[in-house]
Amino acid sequence: MSAAEEVVAEGHQAVEAVPKRAMTLGTGTSLVVLAALLIVPVFVKNFIIFQMTMLLIYGLAVLALNILTGGSGQFSLGQSAFYAVGAYTSAVLMEHANINYALTIPISAVVCFGFGYLFGKPALRLSGVYLALATFALATAMPQLLKLNFLEHWTGGVQGLVVTKPDAPFGLPMSQDMWLYYFTLLVTIAIYIFSVNLLRSRSGRAFMAIRDNEIAASSMGVNVALYKTLAFGVSAAITGIAGSLGAIAVQFVAPDSYTITLAISLFLGMVVGGVGWLPGSFVGAAFIIFVPNMAESISKGLSGAVFGVLLFLVIYLVPHGARQIAILGHQLAGKLRKN
Amino acid sequence: MTAVRFQVVAVSAALALCTAMTSPVLAQKKYDSGASDTEIKIGNIMPYSGPASAYAAIGRTEEAYFNKINAEGGINGRKIKFISYDDGYSPPKTVEQARKLVESDGVLLIFGSLGTSTNGAIRKYMNEKKVPQLFVASGASKWNDPKQYPWTMGWQPSYASEARIYAKYIMKEKPDAKIGLLYQNDDFGKDYLKGLKEGLGPKASMIVLEDSYDTSEPAIDEHVMKLKASGADVFISITTPKFAAQAIKKAAEINWHPMHIISNVSASVGGVLEPAGLEVSQGILSATYAKDGSDPQWNADDGMKKFYNFLAQYAPKANKLDAGVVFGYAAAQTMVKVLQMCGDDLTRENVMRQAASIRDFAPDTLLPGIKINTAPDNFAPIEQLQMMRFKGKKWELFGDVISSEVNH
Repeated sequence: MSAAEEVVAEGHQAVEAVPKRAMTLGTGTSLVVLAALLIVPVFVKNFIIFQMTMLLIYGLAVLALNILTGGSGQFSLGQSAFYAVGAYTSAVLMEHANINYALTIPISAVVCFGFGYLFGKPALRLSGVYLALATFALATAMPQLLKLNFLEHWTGGVQGLVVTKPDAPFGLPMSQDMWLYYFTLLVTIAIYIFSVNLLRSRSGRAFMAIRDNEIAASSMGVNVALYKTLAFGVSAAITGIAGSLGAIAVQFVAPDSYTITLAISLFLGMVVGGVGWLPGSFVGAAFIIFVPNMAESISKGLSGAVFGVLLFLVIYLVPHGARQIAILGHQLAGKLRKN
Repeated sequence: MTAVRFQVVAVSAALALCTAMTSPVLAQKKYDSGASDTEIKIGNIMPYSGPASAYAAIGRTEEAYFNKINAEGGINGRKIKFISYDDGYSPPKTVEQARKLVESDGVLLIFGSLGTSTNGAIRKYMNEKKVPQLFVASGASKWNDPKQYPWTMGWQPSYASEARIYAKYIMKEKPDAKIGLLYQNDDFGKDYLKGLKEGLGPKASMIVLEDSYDTSEPAIDEHVMKLKASGADVFISITTPKFAAQAIKKAAEINWHPMHIISNVSASVGGVLEPAGLEVSQGILSATYAKDGSDPQWNADDGMKKFYNFLAQYAPKANKLDAGVVFGYAAAQTMVKVLQMCGDDLTRENVMRQAASIRDFAPDTLLPGIKINTAPDNFAPIEQLQMMRFKGKKWELFGDVISSEVNH
């Protein structure tokens, strides 16, 4: 093994092994969280409901990255590209082909799965920091691709596309925001259960085997190439779904919405939430939505610096993110029960 | 005929009388969310962080101007509460902030938010909610669309207006011109091109070559050579700063000396003309609508004296060389004017009605003769500019203020 390869192999271990049971919440906690998510919107303003919707959407996107990085050990700074493809697929289908918003979501998932799978193919040759760079290139290229002239008829070019927000079906007495929230919640729960089962399945074990030791995995008979590209495909598909939902919630798509900043935010959300811990994805999403607002209220001119300091504190005090806090809380609760 | 006219006069007189008689009733205090006896809440969204944060000076100046108004007693006794949020120039964040302003902070209106795609993202929402989206800080011409979007209004001259002014100038000064134009292939360039063709009207055949470039191209030398080869004697360069400088340099290198017009976007001495070379930039034309805060010719100007006093007292850290400061001052002044016109009827509907009936208002930092005029079917407040020529080390204004209205 050459020196360069050794460095790359070490890069793999940067993602530490998470036992698969530790990837989820206990049943009791899950039910409490679910109940809260169901009830809270009834009592709050539409604006808060909108923020909660965005939290679920970014949470899904972070979850997708978590499957890729926490599950199969591959880095990606290109999630914004998949998010953009999903958003544009929905927006174009809804506005130009008049397809129902709910139907555009599986279409986005399929399109993004294909896109992610195909991107995963050449990316197979890369790992660690090199893979991160390749995905970074994808994220930087995407906004410019969306501005291309021959696509302008569909994408609206730089001006973007305005998306019509769906009304609640069957004459349900709820606002558009509330309906969209429950719709997003439904999709999120479905994807969350799918992801948990995926990681507990044979494929999930294969992902984790590759993450922990690629050579060992392949000598055990795991088809490394297949599972690595599959992880990319699944991650892209979920990100695409998040993108679709995001386009519907925000009612607007434009190239400027899907820059590298978004990809970095998602990456940050994953780290803050705890790499490999699926519920943490939503904690991470809350961090990337609310902490910049908090930083801004502390100092407008120095909001970036305040955000940096807060981020630094998180990394320094709880390097494993929300997962670490959850474990501490669990231990504390255990101690209290003994006393 | 006369009888008909008399009838019309009589009816309008009767109407006027009715209005006059009912006005005491109308003058009762009326408020929408965000306005009260003591306060008017104004929302704003600016890129304080991110790629466009250089424009944040606009927001800070506006805030300082409202502080000045409050210190002087407010508007009809009401203090302005200016709530300005950061969107980092990202459209989804703009939507979140706009919703926060409207639904959580309950502002009366959103004023002067910056950016084309950011404002595009919230335009539909604002119009559905019927909340004024006033004096959008963007040069796109799409903000002037009162039929479809009666709650959204621009402020600065649009790119199309500026282009129409160049068309007028060329038709007057060089009626047999052969125009070669180079435009950036995006919304900015296309808006411009559209305006230019509108301005030329039937004379659009004067354009001998229109060539476009993409911002991803490292250099535009070839395009300039192509334009020279076309035999054009007027070169309109619809370019952003980096490319404008390249074009000036290249034209001089290949010894091409047409009448050279650059867009106002690239009319920066420090950012474009100096890097291109002051020597080869002599005689270049452009147009502007605001006074230059660094130009000593305005030292004795009443409006600018007020502006400098304001800076000294309320925004001592602001850089008067920054065009955003001049811009923010004038935009905030327009906002205050509209609120004063509203009187005690501070409903969103009345705010739009007053914003659409500004007559000959001249903010302190706009060029003398440039006046803001709006009407229910004209949501483009500033439509006049003055030509300027680069001489020595600075721009020299010349000729009259030109209106961008098409009259052919």
